[in-house]
Amino acid sequence: MPAITFIHPDGKSERVETSGGESVMQAATRHGLDGILAECGGNAMCATCHVYVDESWLARLAAMAGDEDALLDGTAAERRPNSRLSCQIDITPELDGLVVRLPERQV
Amino acid sequence: MTVSGTPASTDPASVPHLDVDPFDMTFFADPYPAHQRLREAGPVVYLDKWNVYGVARYAEVHAVLNDPVTFCSSRGVGLSDFKKETPWRPPSLILEADPPAHTRTRAVLSKVLSPTVMKQIRDRFAAAAEERVDALLEKRSFDAITDLAEAYPLSIFPDALGLKPEGREHLIPYASVVFNAFGPPNELRQQAIARSAPHQAYVAEQCQRDNLAPGGFGACIHAQADEGAITATEAPLLVRSLLSAGLDTTVNGIGAAVYCLARFPDQWQRLRDDLTLARNAFEEAVRFESPVQTFFRTTTREVELSGATIGEGEKVLMFLAAANRDPRRWDQPDSYDITRRTSGHVGFGSGIHMCVGQLVARLEGEVMLTALARRIAKIEITGEPKRRFNNTLRGLDSLPVTITPA
Ligand code: HEM
Ligand code: FES
Repeated sequence: MPAITFIHPDGKSERVETSGGESVMQAATRHGLDGILAECGGNAMCATCHVYVDESWLARLAAMAGDEDALLDGTAAERRPNSRLSCQIDITPELDGLVVRLPERQV
Repeated sequence: MTVSGTPASTDPASVPHLDVDPFDMTFFADPYPAHQRLREAGPVVYLDKWNVYGVARYAEVHAVLNDPVTFCSSRGVGLSDFKKETPWRPPSLILEADPPAHTRTRAVLSKVLSPTVMKQIRDRFAAAAEERVDALLEKRSFDAITDLAEAYPLSIFPDALGLKPEGREHLIPYASVVFNAFGPPNELRQQAIARSAPHQAYVAEQCQRDNLAPGGFGACIHAQADEGAITATEAPLLVRSLLSAGLDTTVNGIGAAVYCLARFPDQWQRLRDDLTLARNAFEEAVRFESPVQTFFRTTTREVELSGATIGEGEKVLMFLAAANRDPRRWDQPDSYDITRRTSGHVGFGSGIHMCVGQLVARLEGEVMLTALARRIAKIEITGEPKRRFNNTLRGLDSLPVTITPA
C-alpha cells in the first residue's frame, strides 16, 4: 500500500500507510493527523485540507479541476504554486512515497 | 412502536416495517430512542405511516447522499413527489434540482459564498458578535434563543444579503414555512402553508434586483446573470434560496451550540481555556443536535441498497441526525465533545447538495462562540427550555439563562 509523508510546519514528519481507493485527506484524517481539518468531508467546498505538494511530485499528480483552483484562492495560509486540496488527490500506487507539507493554518 | 419482518434481504417484503411517525410531536420531543430503533431495525426500513423508505445509519445515509443519479432531488426533497403533486411554491433551482441543471446554479452560489468571500466579511461578522455580547452583558439574564441565537444572525445576515430594513420580520416565519413544508401533510405543514401568503409575497419582492443593496450576496447573484452564468429570471429564485436556507438554519445552529455549552460546563471551560476550539465547538453542535434533521430523495430506478430492493419512484427519508449519532461511525456518539474530529458528519449533508452556505454558518458560529467564551465566565440555565416544533428543523423556542461576566 502506498505510503505518504506529511511534514508539519515545525519540520516534524509523519509517515502514513494508506489503503486503496482513498484520498490524501482521507488517509490523513483516518490516521488522526493534526493539520488537516477537512470540514466539508472531502466535498471540495471548504479549503481546510490545504497542502503544499513537494515540488518533485507535483507533475505526477492529476491536474486540478476548476473548482479546486477557485477554492485555493480562499485558503487560510498563503497559496503557493504547489498548493493543492488533499481531498482532491486520489492515492494511486504510483504515488507511493508522496511528500506533502502542511500549512501553518487551515482556518 | 412495533417492528415486524426479518432483516433486509433481496426480498423487498423483508425490509422491516416500523410504525414510527418521525413527524409527530412525541417524536420531536425526544427523537433519540426512536432514532436508535430505526438504526437497529436494519440498514433500510419502511415507515408505514407515510409509505416511505428510511435510512438512519451513517453508511446508508452517506451512500444515498452521494448517489444523486439514483436518489434524485428534482422530485422534491420533502415527502411530496413533484412528479405526482404540484409543489406548494416554484421549486428551488438548486436544492430541488439534479445535474446538469444543478451544476450550473450551484456554481453560482459557490462563487458568491466562497472561502475568498468569507475572508472579506469576517471582520464585520466578528464585530457584530462582540456587539451582541456587549448587549447581553448589560442584560445578564435573557432568553438565549431570542436575544442571542436569533438576534445575532438577524443583525448580520440580512445586511450581508443586502435586504432592505423594512419587512425583515417575515424572514424567520418564511423559513419556518419552507422547512415545515418538507414534511408530510400533517397539521404543522398545513397550517404553515395556509398562513404563508404574506411571507411569500415579501420574499418574492425582496429577491428582485432593485431591492438588493450593491455588494451584498443578493446583488452578486444578479451580477452573475450579467456574466451569462444564469438567466435574469433565475437570479431572483437563487436569491430566494439564501432567504429560505440561510437564516433559520444558523439560528438553530447557534442555538444548539449555546444549549450544548450551557448544559455541559466542562466543555464550556475547555473552550474558555482554548478559544481556537470555538469553530469545532460549533461544528460538533451541528453534529450533536443536527439542526436540519431530515431530507428526502426519490429513486429514479429500482435499486439495491444494503441488501434491500427499492423500486422506482419511491421516497427515501434520510435521518441525518440519526446518522450523526450512529455508534457504527462515532465513538461515544451521545456525548458533546468540542475536540472531536467532526469531519464527515452529515449535518450539512454530503455530496453535490452539501450545504452551499456551510462557510457562512461556520463563520457565524465561530465568531459568536469566540466572543461569548472570551467575555463570559459562566452560562446558567435558569428556566425550563421550550422546544420549537418544525417538520425539518430541530431547535428551541426559548432558553432562559443568566450569565456571569469573565
Ligand atoms: C447550521 C446551519 C445550516 C445547516 C445545518 C444547513 C444544512 C443543510 C443541509 C443538510 C443541506 C443539504 C440539503 C440536501 O442534501 O438536500 C443544505 C443545503 C443548502 N443550504 Fe444549508 N445549512 C445551514 C446554513 C446555511 C446557510 C447559512 C445558507 C446560506 C447562506 C444555506 C444555504 C443552503 C442552500 C442554498 C442549500 C442547497 C444546496 C444544494 O442543493 O446544492 N445553508 N444545508
Ligand atoms: S475537505 Fe473540504 S475542500 Fe477538501
